[in-house]
Amino acid sequence: MNKRKKRLIMRSIILAILAAAVGYTFYSNLTKEARGNLQKGDEAPDFVLTDLSGEAHQLSDYKGKGVFLNFWGTWCEPCKKEMPHMEKMSKEFKDQGVEVLAVNVGDSELQAKKFAKQYGLTFPIAIDSSKEVQDAYGVNPLPATFMISPDGKVEEIVIGGLVKEEQVRALFEKVKP
Amino acid sequence: MGKVKCECGHVNPHGTVLCESCGRALTEEAQKEKLHDMRYEGSARRSQTYNKSIVDKVWNFFSSVKVGIWLIVLTLVASSLGTIFPQKLFIPNNVSPETYYEETYGTAGKIYYTLGFYDLYNSIWFIALIAAIGVSLVICSLDRVIPLYRALKNQRVARHGTFMKKQRLFASKQGAIQPEELDKIKEGLKSKRYRIREEDGSLLAEKGRFSRWGPYVNHIGLIIFLIGAMLRSVQGMYIDELLWIREGETLEIPGTKGEYYLKNEKFTIENYDKEKDPEVFNAALERTGSIVKNYQTDAVLYKDENQDLPGAKPKLVKVKEEEIRVNEPMKFDNFALYQDSFSKDEMKAMELALTNKATKEEAGRVNIDLFNPKDTYDLGKGYKVEVLGYYPDYDGVGENGEPKTKSPVPNNPAFLFKMISPEHPDGEISFTAIRQTLEPVGETEYKMEFRGIETRNISALTVRKDLTLWILGIGGAIFMIGVVQGAYWNHRRLWIRQIDGEIYVAAHTNKNWHGLKREINPLIENTAVPIPEDQQA
Repeated sequence: MNKRKKRLIMRSIILAILAAAVGYTFYSNLTKEARGNLQKGDEAPDFVLTDLSGEAHQLSDYKGKGVFLNFWGTWCEPCKKEMPHMEKMSKEFKDQGVEVLAVNVGDSELQAKKFAKQYGLTFPIAIDSSKEVQDAYGVNPLPATFMISPDGKVEEIVIGGLVKEEQVRALFEKVKP
Repeated sequence: MGKVKCECGHVNPHGTVLCESCGRALTEEAQKEKLHDMRYEGSARRSQTYNKSIVDKVWNFFSSVKVGIWLIVLTLVASSLGTIFPQKLFIPNNVSPETYYEETYGTAGKIYYTLGFYDLYNSIWFIALIAAIGVSLVICSLDRVIPLYRALKNQRVARHGTFMKKQRLFASKQGAIQPEELDKIKEGLKSKRYRIREEDGSLLAEKGRFSRWGPYVNHIGLIIFLIGAMLRSVQGMYIDELLWIREGETLEIPGTKGEYYLKNEKFTIENYDKEKDPEVFNAALERTGSIVKNYQTDAVLYKDENQDLPGAKPKLVKVKEEEIRVNEPMKFDNFALYQDSFSKDEMKAMELALTNKATKEEAGRVNIDLFNPKDTYDLGKGYKVEVLGYYPDYDGVGENGEPKTKSPVPNNPAFLFKMISPEHPDGEISFTAIRQTLEPVGETEYKMEFRGIETRNISALTVRKDLTLWILGIGGAIFMIGVVQGAYWNHRRLWIRQIDGEIYVAAHTNKNWHGLKREINPLIENTAVPIPEDQQA
């Protein structure tokens, strides 16, 4: 009887070890894809970029404020459509503690400057020439918008263009301090 | 459920078929069978004895060889399904798998996608199958190797008469063996490297017992291999990335977390030369035209000292300079950079001349960096060119009359220029693309004439880090040791015993019965001991 009990314990231990190994394999395999990509609720990766007027912007300096972080390019049509909404809201929410930070992906300075002038953009635009920030946020198709809360968390991720002004307003409201 | 005590006095574990010590049949079935199943020496496979708790039930499920074989067959079938259409990894990465399979392969493709076969080797159920094989390997092995080890350790020299009778090679004969005869047989066996044990005139000669452990050693290797494969999914153990890098560019090496940067000094493709290279290549060169001899990236590796935030300017310190060729990677810090692919002649800069259309006189030339064009190019003497718009991948004019660009890559660069000359201080507008000039707002006196382009190559390097290789290596080596151990050695035994005025002789091997006969028959010939007969033949 004692021996049977010993055997049961032995088997249970071996099965538990095997189950742990299999469980870990599942866990690490299933989270492999998600690991690179930023998810809602994650800490927004800090970065520092210099804008077109030469001013450095570090995300962590915006703590206490909401941030509308937008990745865009001059060749991207939906990006062009959402810019006027962004410009309008950035003015409206400036006093309410929400800032816009536009990160250009892939263009030259000339193009970005011309674009900003053409659309009358007043919020800071920075070029991510090394594509490091783009990689940190796992951005692939443009535009991509990350709403970052005053405590530095990713509140919302929008891949694709923001067509309506109301949509943009709702996003700004979300991260208002 | 107690233990089973044999007539010979040995106490066997519950479920034993043949007494571990004397070999007497302990179950009715074994008593009835013509020849004993000797695969596990009639030992008690534990799984078959208890089936009470859930733990036992799970254990017994995985302990079954039948289940194990089914798992292997299922895995084979599943693996082959994954090869019908290309996996997700190998389809163009700018298309969505959702539409790609249906568009490319029709209904079959849609089914393939819907069933999740497009990423089969990463799917939960496939990993589950492999994991189940791993569990089955461990439990099957444990459940057999321990009783087998016990049985072989406890075996007695004098085996029970019925045990001997039910061996495949067996014979008996009236008579008695003379001690000299037995000595002669012993001498012969010793020269064949048998280990000999004697007890009261009974003899057991045995060799190659370790070959019985071959399959289990093999399984240990497999399990180590599986552990190695499992570790690949652990962060930091395995990295496989691709880095596209233009000549002159310095980029962060993906997977190094910003620690390392690489500069591509130059990418070259070298062909075999009929004149310079040995004659042996001539025939092939004549047949195919040109054959590439070398793909090479001259690279400089840097370490980022400040390893700051993404986007921050790195403080680069040169580590080394190397030429990366196919199969000659640059290695550093567990990483290896392999020459993988390339793209030739991407436009880098464009040269244009400000020309008077009538006189064909050049007022000056501008060289525009297509990755960083300037605002204005001052040509002196009142001549100036302003860039109003830049369209790197010009793709016609949009609805609003604005020129469009398809991408930020200079595949088909076009410019909207303002040409300022002493004659036209307010400037004339010209739209210039490759070999094409338009005058969108009226005829101009000057034009920007295309003079030439500067190109550069892009090299693609695979960034690979694999900390699991040595584990896979060890697993593979142990696997092979197990195969060799089980395949090139045989476990052979010969029993000789006198029972009631008769001489019994029996022999057993785990494989190669012919070899066993050839080895022992000459030793027994011309003695009182009969030559054992093959009862299965």
